[in-house]
Amino acid sequence: MPLVELDKKPAEGGDPEERRMMLHMGPSHPAMHGTIQINVELDGEVIRRADVEIGYLHRCFEKMSETVVWNNVFPYTDRLNYVSPLINNAGYAMAVEKLLGIKTTERCEWIRTMMSEVSRVTDHLTCVAASAMECGAFTVFLYLIEAREYLWETIEQLTGARLTISYCRVGGVKGDWSKDFEPGLRDAIARTREKIHLTDKLLTRNRIWVDRMETAPTDAAFCRRWGITGPWLRSSGVDYDVRKDFPYSIYDQLDFDVPVGTRGDNYDRYLVRMEEMRQSLRLIEQCLEKMPEGELNVDHEGRVMRASDMKDHGARGETEGLVMDYSVAADPTLQGTGSDVVWSVRVGDRDVTLPPKEEVYGSIEGLINHFKLVMSGHGIRPPEGEAYQAVEGANGELGFYVISKGEDKPWRVRVRPPCFPTMSALHAVVEGIMIADLVPTFGAVNMIGGELDR
Amino acid sequence: MGILDTLESQVDAVVGWGRKYSLFVYPFVTACCGMEYMAASCAHYDTDRFGAAYPRFSPRQTDLLLVVGTISHKLAPVLKRVYEQMAEPKWVIAFGVCTCTGGFYDNYATVQGIDTIIPVDVYIPGCPPRPEMVIDGIMKLQDKIQREKAGLLRRRTMSVAEIPSPDTLSTIGGLTPHGQSKR
Amino acid sequence: MAKTPVPPSEERLLPRVRALLGGRVLDSHCHRGDETIIVPAESIQDVMRALHDDEELDFEILMDLCGVDHMPRRPRFEVVYHLCSYRKRHRLRVKVQVDGPEPVVPTLRDLWPGADWFEREVWDMYGIRFEGHPDLRRLLMYDGFEGHPLRKDYPVTRRQPLIGPRN
Repeated sequence: MPLVELDKKPAEGGDPEERRMMLHMGPSHPAMHGTIQINVELDGEVIRRADVEIGYLHRCFEKMSETVVWNNVFPYTDRLNYVSPLINNAGYAMAVEKLLGIKTTERCEWIRTMMSEVSRVTDHLTCVAASAMECGAFTVFLYLIEAREYLWETIEQLTGARLTISYCRVGGVKGDWSKDFEPGLRDAIARTREKIHLTDKLLTRNRIWVDRMETAPTDAAFCRRWGITGPWLRSSGVDYDVRKDFPYSIYDQLDFDVPVGTRGDNYDRYLVRMEEMRQSLRLIEQCLEKMPEGELNVDHEGRVMRASDMKDHGARGETEGLVMDYSVAADPTLQGTGSDVVWSVRVGDRDVTLPPKEEVYGSIEGLINHFKLVMSGHGIRPPEGEAYQAVEGANGELGFYVISKGEDKPWRVRVRPPCFPTMSALHAVVEGIMIADLVPTFGAVNMIGGELDR
Repeated sequence: MGILDTLESQVDAVVGWGRKYSLFVYPFVTACCGMEYMAASCAHYDTDRFGAAYPRFSPRQTDLLLVVGTISHKLAPVLKRVYEQMAEPKWVIAFGVCTCTGGFYDNYATVQGIDTIIPVDVYIPGCPPRPEMVIDGIMKLQDKIQREKAGLLRRRTMSVAEIPSPDTLSTIGGLTPHGQSKR
Repeated sequence: MAKTPVPPSEERLLPRVRALLGGRVLDSHCHRGDETIIVPAESIQDVMRALHDDEELDFEILMDLCGVDHMPRRPRFEVVYHLCSYRKRHRLRVKVQVDGPEPVVPTLRDLWPGADWFEREVWDMYGIRFEGHPDLRRLLMYDGFEGHPLRKDYPVTRRQPLIGPRN
């Protein structure tokens, strides 16, 4: 709903002939991604002042998290950064695990890492595609969305959903992968590489693209003052990456490079994102190579257990010999969640993780176990305390700050949204540039309404 | 009765056929569903095959408003204004469960279904709906458009005394294909 | 089973922080490896300036700033700052506690411009006023919205629509 009004007053201290024009861009504007309003004061085509208005997609993530049990927050985290939901999932799961003081199984860590990198690729694909489209390069948009489709299909194969996947659980993930997953993923990687290569050939040395993108530079000191992280910061020459600087999960066992820009303009931001996609694809392949086999659970004395040997312990009583031989077949959509494989990707702690479905439907212990974890008033109860867990989201540092009062619901779930500081600095970045350059600059922020407004 | 009705139904069929294959979309994209909208309208699923997906980012040039993603109370007046700016005949698709009912965002900031603000023709649930569902929803809308009475002849033959006042205009058949008169 | 003992909470930074800030540290603890200090609200600007300028600590980044409502505990509100250093690779959590119907905390906008929106959000969501902030408007909610929705006494479904039915 762009609305133009002429301000007849001359600018203060300026040329009396000069006319300032107020232009309201958004919220319903194709380049504003639907949820942002930027009010700019123009002098001719040059932006003299800008004010960014957000909040059009405020969906109360933080308030809703306080009303549901710990595990039920996962669907809400999917919809924070809906372009890379697996990273959000993993970040929240790790924060709660930190609060509980547990560590999930190694295979689970590898799967989470691998899927986070798949998500990072889809996020950068979308960002580059959208900014290219907004600058007129529609072919690139079609290529990259197609590449994203290949990755989504593999994500769907593993998690059961294309976009909002809710794949992680506190203490693990939903299920292990099926046999035909790995070849599918390798195929998707190869095809994605090809599309990235095509994009590279179309854009990187394209005169129009380069001229459009060599705008809005920022330096490292600016980023530090505003708390900017992620590709935007790295393009300004700082090699800060949570995966390297505060290694979490298994990133210290993987080999990857952090691309860094030199000039800090939109073109560098584009190059950093392109290189990060290649690095992420490299990481996915490393994960596939090094993925440990299942059955890496250890019992409470540190002995390695076969996943199929795991039985109920402790409070739920020794049921060995009593548990029926499960004849209930799991639904095909629950592939990978059967009791033979599921414990390789979930913590074997029945106070935390949901039992496999065929136990729930096939034995009274499993049913009670499930009930005790799911029913309101029961469920997992992290001890009183607080934890902050940062992961490298696609836009920068994604932090989850969770507070528990020892209840079945979180007292507070705070998200540190990666694009929030960048958006808060946007008005300072765009002052003095041309109105046409606002669009690629805003595109380079990769603003995601879900995580910005929550 | 008679020849005029026969002729009118023939004209309706032709007009409906023309309208249903030339839908110009205004994508009011706000949230997660937008990702699925991009997937549905790009090369893989290509809703343009149905003559129904070419996005126009000006409400005055479009006849299908595709509301994609959660609408908050802060955004609701904007959505209503965009709807009012569109010229008749116009249709609305609610894309995703947030636009249908508010979804699982039952809270202080979220509109509980856009049909509390503007009329809706087709609801596509799902969080987000798969592209196949989107295509199905568009085809259902096309069926609906085909069956509508355009009422072109009747308007031509209306005598001066019958010309409605602006207040009653919205209840004349053919002018509001989305069944606003029922509300 | 895979429950591994959390490494004992080792205090890496706290001795240095206590030495630097002296009596301004009201309380400190290290839970799950996150080091936390609580300081009085009125001294937050000095404390942050000291942490920012100290060469050994080198907290140049304000990573996050958020509010917490601890109702019915007194003092009711907390403002939580997460600091980070790129170069030294460490983090610190700083808290201030405030109470009363109109809690006030001094702004950090002069030290970190990035605190601007974070503080506006906390004002919007919790009604904690940041003294000295030049432009303390609502950030996420709209003009005319009454109350502060993340407070524990704000009902989650109390809607204040601009148009449409008051459902």
